[in-house]
Amino acid sequence: MNSGIDLQGTFVQSLSDFGISTELAKILWMPFPMLLMLIGATVGVLVNVWLERKISAAVQQRIGPEYAGPLGVLQPVADGLKLVFKEDILPSKADPFLFTMGPILVVMPVFLSYLIVPFGQNLVITNINTGIFLWIALSSIVPIGLLMAGYASNNKYSLIGGLRAAAQSISYEIPLALSVLAIVLMSNSLSTIDIVQQQSGYGILSWNIWRQPIGFVIFWISALAECERLPFDLPEAEEELVAGYQTEYSGMKFALFYVGSYVNLVLSALMVAILYLGGWSSPIPIELLGNLVDVDPTSSWLQVVDASLGIAMTVLKAYFLVFLAILTRWTVPRVRIDQLLNLGWKFLLPIALANLLITAALKLAFPTAFGG
Amino acid sequence: MQIAEGVQLVTFAILSILMLGAALGVVLFANIVYSAFLLGGVFISMAGIYILLNADFVSAAQILVYVGAVNVLILFAIMLVNKREEFKPLKNGWLRQGSTAVVCGGLFALLSAVSIVTPWSISTVSPLSSSVVPIAKHFFTDFLLPFELASILLLMSMVGAIILARRDFLPDDVGATSTQDSLTLPERPRELAGK
Repeated sequence: MNSGIDLQGTFVQSLSDFGISTELAKILWMPFPMLLMLIGATVGVLVNVWLERKISAAVQQRIGPEYAGPLGVLQPVADGLKLVFKEDILPSKADPFLFTMGPILVVMPVFLSYLIVPFGQNLVITNINTGIFLWIALSSIVPIGLLMAGYASNNKYSLIGGLRAAAQSISYEIPLALSVLAIVLMSNSLSTIDIVQQQSGYGILSWNIWRQPIGFVIFWISALAECERLPFDLPEAEEELVAGYQTEYSGMKFALFYVGSYVNLVLSALMVAILYLGGWSSPIPIELLGNLVDVDPTSSWLQVVDASLGIAMTVLKAYFLVFLAILTRWTVPRVRIDQLLNLGWKFLLPIALANLLITAALKLAFPTAFGG
Repeated sequence: MQIAEGVQLVTFAILSILMLGAALGVVLFANIVYSAFLLGGVFISMAGIYILLNADFVSAAQILVYVGAVNVLILFAIMLVNKREEFKPLKNGWLRQGSTAVVCGGLFALLSAVSIVTPWSISTVSPLSSSVVPIAKHFFTDFLLPFELASILLLMSMVGAIILARRDFLPDDVGATSTQDSLTLPERPRELAGK
């Protein structure tokens, strides 16, 4: 299998040819993927908001946004601009420093987690060996930001919302991590690239979802709970808690929470796509198609097609899952806080443990099928 | 490797200042919530220093365990305890703080003297690309017993947590159930058929 296009290598090589030292060329390369990541995540949020508005409208038999741009695609931009220009209110008895730090701490780890999302063999910002573990570690910083926001607002709804959010995200992190662990056990690696590589052999048949159906369901439920999406949106719960920890926030600080939650949703969907749905690999392996029409697998145009197909596949899979999440949000009622914690601790945790145990046993019994 | 070394040095300086500042804040702030949040900052800076030492797995584990679990637990404990208490300033309170400062300063001087005097054996082997595999090899060979003991301890606490969560504790029946066998937990009798 060839490595596909390597943009960094090409960039560094061409700059070195101009007589710039390799190190400097590498430093000059650095801002591009970072900017690309930020822009990609933000555009992802805009698409997500538009989808949310359109799908919720379709569920409720409305039309939804329609006048801002064709099919209302500019509506999220208008929303964003409105939030930028709104007054930034600081409640008089709030703690100004913690009040500002809260949303920042919520947003930063989520954006940082995009570091490890691969869109192709070399289309990833860093291929670090602790990839998926880093994502779990980073997502565990978020509850601190939520607690900070809830405490600093000096409002009882906010405090309860913050406590609920933290309780929810720490209790669902354990089944999430256990289901990821089962995948890692099968791939023999924590790196996201290796995880996708391991399931790219036979197209759709080799995806992890067939080998880990229970893990897939556990992961998706836990990811929805981590994102505070509607069956599990207890921390916000407009009807009972006003809006939880977001109650006192307005303007750009509120926008940070808003953006953070949507970026987190897209990130979780991308993670499901990478861990269970084969990442950038297409349902029918591209090498097979290349062999059928008899093209040279190292030709440059094929590599470009391959890379674009990989990006398109990853994004398609992720947005299919986002669609499911939005549909769930607008059709399923909210659970109660005790039901939520019961589901996490009494149901998902034992099942995730059993799943891990069964995966380990199957790996020992059938090393060829379960990544020996 | 001029630029890389410079970046390393600057990062180390920033991380150390952050860590020392946050650690001093943990001790010196009167508001306990600030102390708890700053403790998270100390842990995160330590994770950064682990990354500088090429220990990527340890640094991620540091964030996951200390920031994500221990610090959140501390914050939870602080925020759930709703106790307002006025503390009267103690007479001769400065004596306590002064003696604490002297002891801490002495300890700091002792430890820094030890760390400067000790001839550390600095390895010149180029760092491994991944620390996960060597760590795992050590876990399953020469550190097998401590590793297994720790995992059994964690498993026990998790099973305990599940059992504690699964029983329906009835506060009203505490007196009535005390006549039961002392080894059984007071809990709601399970319905035999579904409701």
